[in-house]
Amino acid sequence: MRATISKANSAVRRALPFLVVGALWEITAHLGLFPPRLFPPIEDVAAALLRLTASGALLRHAGETLLRLLAGFSLAAVLGVALGVAMARSRLAEDLTLPLVSIAAPIPGIAYAPLFLLWFGLGNGAAVLLVGFVSMFPIIFNTWTGVKAVKDIWLRAALTMGADPRRLFRHVTLTGALPYILTGLRLGLAQAWRILVVVELLAAVPWGLGWLIFGAREFLNTDVMLAGIAVIGAIGLALENVLFRRLEQFTVVRWGMMT
Amino acid sequence: MSERARTIIRGALAVLAAAAAYELAARSGIFAKALLPPLAKIAGTLAAMLADGSMLTHAAYTLARMLMGFALAVAIGVPLGILMGRKAAVEEFCLPLVNALMPIPSLAWVPVFILWFGLGNTVAVLVVGYAAMFPLLLNTWAGVRSVNQLWLRAASAMGASEAALFWKVLLPGAAPFIIAGLRQAFQRSWIAVVGAEMIAASDWGLGFVIYDAKEFLNADVMLASLAVIGTIGFAFERLLFGTLERATVQRWGMVQAAKI
Repeated sequence: MRATISKANSAVRRALPFLVVGALWEITAHLGLFPPRLFPPIEDVAAALLRLTASGALLRHAGETLLRLLAGFSLAAVLGVALGVAMARSRLAEDLTLPLVSIAAPIPGIAYAPLFLLWFGLGNGAAVLLVGFVSMFPIIFNTWTGVKAVKDIWLRAALTMGADPRRLFRHVTLTGALPYILTGLRLGLAQAWRILVVVELLAAVPWGLGWLIFGAREFLNTDVMLAGIAVIGAIGLALENVLFRRLEQFTVVRWGMMT
Repeated sequence: MSERARTIIRGALAVLAAAAAYELAARSGIFAKALLPPLAKIAGTLAAMLADGSMLTHAAYTLARMLMGFALAVAIGVPLGILMGRKAAVEEFCLPLVNALMPIPSLAWVPVFILWFGLGNTVAVLVVGYAAMFPLLLNTWAGVRSVNQLWLRAASAMGASEAALFWKVLLPGAAPFIIAGLRQAFQRSWIAVVGAEMIAASDWGLGFVIYDAKEFLNADVMLASLAVIGTIGFAFERLLFGTLERATVQRWGMVQAAKI
């Protein structure tokens, strides 16, 4: 009994901030201080969200955006991890690539967008390549650090127990570096997600959440915009909390390498 | 040859080889000259833009927008983070909101801010503020909570006033986290300001000039601006934050200097 009460109590407490902010928003919207087209009440935003969901448009926008993210990110994950491992294992590869990577990395990814559009044309190609390019840097750096941080004693122990180079690499090096690699992947995905909406606008793709919110501006559909932003936030949260936390739970946490 | 010299030589060779490959591709005539300008042309454009002051004006506009947004984020994020770390009620109220707003990319707010505030500086400043706010807020919050309780009790026992406790113990104690937050906030706001300028700036700004150059196929202007953006970012990261760290938390012996 007491448990249920305290549970209900904590649910109310968690909802309270949202209720307060929501109420303030509603009051401001209904007071008519701002034109309702620009500052729509929450029920309008919810209605827009429902309308877009029912018509299937939202699903298609979100689907295309996620597809773009996935394509670019897979590219970055494969290339980034490969390059990071090569840099950590071979002095030559490290000396050759580190300066180039260090020159390109500090420039914010979005700044490359016009260049990619110029080189690869408007559309999906440029967007996917840019997403891949942007998310590659954290993956390279973290993989590089992670492989270097694998304890020597683990490698030597595996060697004395007769591990061949392949097993050594797969079961010790890669596994040992995994906490770092996962961090790199997470950072890379977050960076790509942060710029993807603008890239979609600049690349003039016909579908996508970025297009949805920027297209809504033309018609002053603030309710559609806010609904789109809510979906963008929800997907970002899901990628971070569900996808990566699961991945971590399933691997490094289960192996006792991280808590 | 020492190992270090070998590293430097190999690195220089790699950069030279990349430059040579680029130059070769640019001069081969396979690609349009406007899309892949030779390095000398990029350098010439950069020099010309620096000489006539236009590049400096663009950079100044971008920096001004960024610093204003950054100041906004510091003015809100740091006090709120401290309050959240000290008062459970504030934490309970703000944390869910922060968690809900944080995953929204700052650039997604650009169209909304344009509708609300019109094209121009306000949009860029607010987007930067939004981008920089969360890393600052969360790091300050974590920093305040990580201050050793023993230090606070010791200072209290030695008769420190509330104000002294705050300025001499709490703030320095949280400083390593706050500086880490400033760093992260800078990286995010640097992305945000360039992105916002591409969409919302009207006449000046590094983001604007890159995007504008696309319309006229001026790849040389684009690459020259990219070089400037990279240089400024690098300078902030290494010179400003590095110096800040050395002058404060490193000098106080709270964090170790990096080995390299």
